[in-house]
Amino acid sequence: MDNQMAKNTMSPRRRITNLLVHLLLAVLSVIWLLPIAWIVLTSFRAEPGAYTKTFLPQGYTLNNYVKLLTDRNVLNFPRMFKNTLIISIFSCTISTFFVLSVAYSLSRMRFKLRKPYMNMAMILGLFPGFMTMVAQYFILKAMGLTEGAGIRIGLIVVYSACTGLGFQISKGFFDTIPRSIDEAAVMDGATQWQVFTRITLPLSKPIVIYTVMTAFMAPWVDFIFAKVLCRANASQFTVAIGLWNMLQKEYIYQWYTCFAAGAVLISIPIAALFLYMQKFYVEGMSGAVKG
Amino acid sequence: MKEERITIGRALKEGDLFTRLSALIMGAGLLGHRQMVKGILVFLIEVAFCLYMIMSGFHSLAQLPSLGTEAQGKVWNEAKQIYEYTTGDNSQQILLAGVVTCFAIAAIAVLWVLQMRQSFSLQKRIEEGGEVPTFKDDVRNLFDGNLHITLMSLPCLGILVFNVVPLVYMISMAFTTYSKEGEHLILFDWDGLHQFERVLNMNGNIGQQFWHVLAWTVVWAIFATFLNYILGILNYILGMALAMVINRKDTKGKGFWRFCFVLSIAVPQFVTLMIMNIMLQPSGAVNVLLQNLGLINEPIPFWTNAMIARVTIIGINVWVGIPYTMLQVTGILQNIPAELYEAARMDGAGPMRIFFKITLPYMLFVTMPYLISATRPARPTCS
Repeated sequence: MDNQMAKNTMSPRRRITNLLVHLLLAVLSVIWLLPIAWIVLTSFRAEPGAYTKTFLPQGYTLNNYVKLLTDRNVLNFPRMFKNTLIISIFSCTISTFFVLSVAYSLSRMRFKLRKPYMNMAMILGLFPGFMTMVAQYFILKAMGLTEGAGIRIGLIVVYSACTGLGFQISKGFFDTIPRSIDEAAVMDGATQWQVFTRITLPLSKPIVIYTVMTAFMAPWVDFIFAKVLCRANASQFTVAIGLWNMLQKEYIYQWYTCFAAGAVLISIPIAALFLYMQKFYVEGMSGAVKG
Repeated sequence: MKEERITIGRALKEGDLFTRLSALIMGAGLLGHRQMVKGILVFLIEVAFCLYMIMSGFHSLAQLPSLGTEAQGKVWNEAKQIYEYTTGDNSQQILLAGVVTCFAIAAIAVLWVLQMRQSFSLQKRIEEGGEVPTFKDDVRNLFDGNLHITLMSLPCLGILVFNVVPLVYMISMAFTTYSKEGEHLILFDWDGLHQFERVLNMNGNIGQQFWHVLAWTVVWAIFATFLNYILGILNYILGMALAMVINRKDTKGKGFWRFCFVLSIAVPQFVTLMIMNIMLQPSGAVNVLLQNLGLINEPIPFWTNAMIARVTIIGINVWVGIPYTMLQVTGILQNIPAELYEAARMDGAGPMRIFFKITLPYMLFVTMPYLISATRPARPTCS
C-alpha cells in the first residue's frame, strides 16, 4: 500500500532520477555482460579463427560443440572432462573431510598442540605455493605418481594434501555455534564424534556446502600444477590445460570457436554452483554482526 | 590429584624391567603392562622403521654429506663397439631421500618418547592398583576425548609430506652448488654459506644483480601496495555505490540487476581473463566493435602501449572486483535495521545525512577488517 501511494504521488524530479538510475544500471550491465555474451556468440559462430571483421557472427552453427565433443584425435575434450571430473570428485571428498575435521578440532577440542598448529599454519601460509611445487613433483615421482594413470592420483593428492591449512573460515563458523548445545548433548551421553557428526555438521550446512563447492571447483580452474604434472601426457590433460592449448599458435585458427564452446560448457556448471552458493557467501561475510 | 611430571630420566631410573626394556624394544613396556594390541602395533612400527633404515635409510643418510660422488659417465663397450652411459648419482634424489630419512628418524624419536612415558605411567598406575584401559577403551576414546587425534592425523600427515618436507628440501637447496654453471644440475655438493656470500657480495656480478633486484622489489612492493590500496578503495566505493543504487527503494528488478553482475564473477576467472586478453587484442572484438560503430579509426593498442596497458589492467581489476564488493555490501545493507532509517526520517534527516550518519558508519564498522585485507584486488591478467 505504502509503495502504491509513493508511486501515485511521485514527483517529476523523482521520476527522472529513477529513469536515469535504470539507464545507468542498463549501461553497466552491458559492460559487465559483454565478454560473456561475446563468448557465447563466438561458440555458435560459423566462421573459424580468433579474430573476425565483425562483432556479431555472420553465420550460426552448432558444429563447434559437435566438434568439441566428438573430435578425439587432436584435443580430446571428452577425455579431459572425464579426467577433471574424476580428480575433482576425489579431491573434493578428501579435502572437505580434512578442512572440516581440522576446523572442528581447533574450534571445539582443547589440546596441547592446538596453538602451535594454528601458528604453524599461519607461517606455512606465508610461503608462496610455487616454492614447494618442484619438491612436490620429486616426492610424487619417488612415489611413482608422475607416469600414466598415476598422474591422476598425483593430482588428487596434491589438490587435497595441504587443505588442512585452510581451516579458518570453517573454524570461524563453528565458533559461532553455542557451546551449550554441545554440552547438553554430552550430558545426554553423546561422544565427541556424535556431537561432530550429528549436531555440529547439520547446524553448519552453509559452511559445509561452501567447503564442498570450493574444493570441487579447484581442479577445474587450476592450471599451473596440472601443467607441471601432466607435461606432455595428453591422455591425462585436465580441462584447464586443454582450453589453454586451444589458444596456442598451432591450434588457435582451427580451435578458437571450439575453445569458446568449451569455455561455455565449463562455465555453466560452475556458474550454476556459484549462483547457488552466493547466498552462503553473503551469509558468511555478514554473519558476524547481526543488526 | 597431584600432577607428577613423567620424564624419560625418571622412567629409566625408576622403571621396572618392561619399562626399561622398551627403551630398546619399543612397545615392550605396553605389552608387559596389559596393553597387548597397542604394544604390538608400536613394535611393528619399530620393525618397519628398522627395515626401512636397513633397506635404504642408512644408505641415504650416508650419502647425505657428500650428495653423491659418481658422475654420469661414458664407458667404451668393446664387444658392441659403442659408448655406454652409466647412471651416476642424482644429487637431487639423494638430498630428498636424506631429508625424508631425517623426518622419519624424528618421527620415530617422538614415538619412542611417547611410548616410554606411557609405559612408565602404566607401570605407576598398576603399582597403585588402578585400572588399565583396554584397547577397546582406547579406540572408544579416539572418538570421544581424543577425537582431535583421529581427525587431525591425516591432514597433518598431508601437510608434513607435501608442505613441510618440500619446504625443508627447497631451503636446503640454498646451501648447495646446484647451478647451471659447471654442469652442477645433476651432481652437486654442499656449499655452506658460499651462495649467500655470493648473493650478498656487493662487488660480484650476482651480488650486484641481487641488490638491484632487491631494491626494485622494495620499490615495487611499496608502489604496488599503494596502488592496490587505491584500487581497493576505488573498487570499494564503486561497488558500494552500485549496491546502494540496486538496493534503492524505487529500483525495479533488483534481483535481475544483481544477477547481471554476479554472472560475471560466476564464470571461472581463468576463462574470463583469457577472453579479455583475446577481446582486447588490436583486431579483437572490442576494437572491431568500436570501429564498426565509427567511434575510432585506428585500433586502440590495449596491450602494447605501456600507458594504455596499465589503464587496461586497472580497468580489468575494477571489472573483476566490483561485483564481489557489491555482493558483500548487499548482505550488510540488508542487515541494517530499518528502524534506524525511520527514526532518522522522523527527525527530518535528508538522504545525504542518512548516508553519512547511518549507512556509512555501519558499513565501515562491519567491513573494516575486510577493507584492510581486501585492498588487494584480484590478480591482473598474465598475458
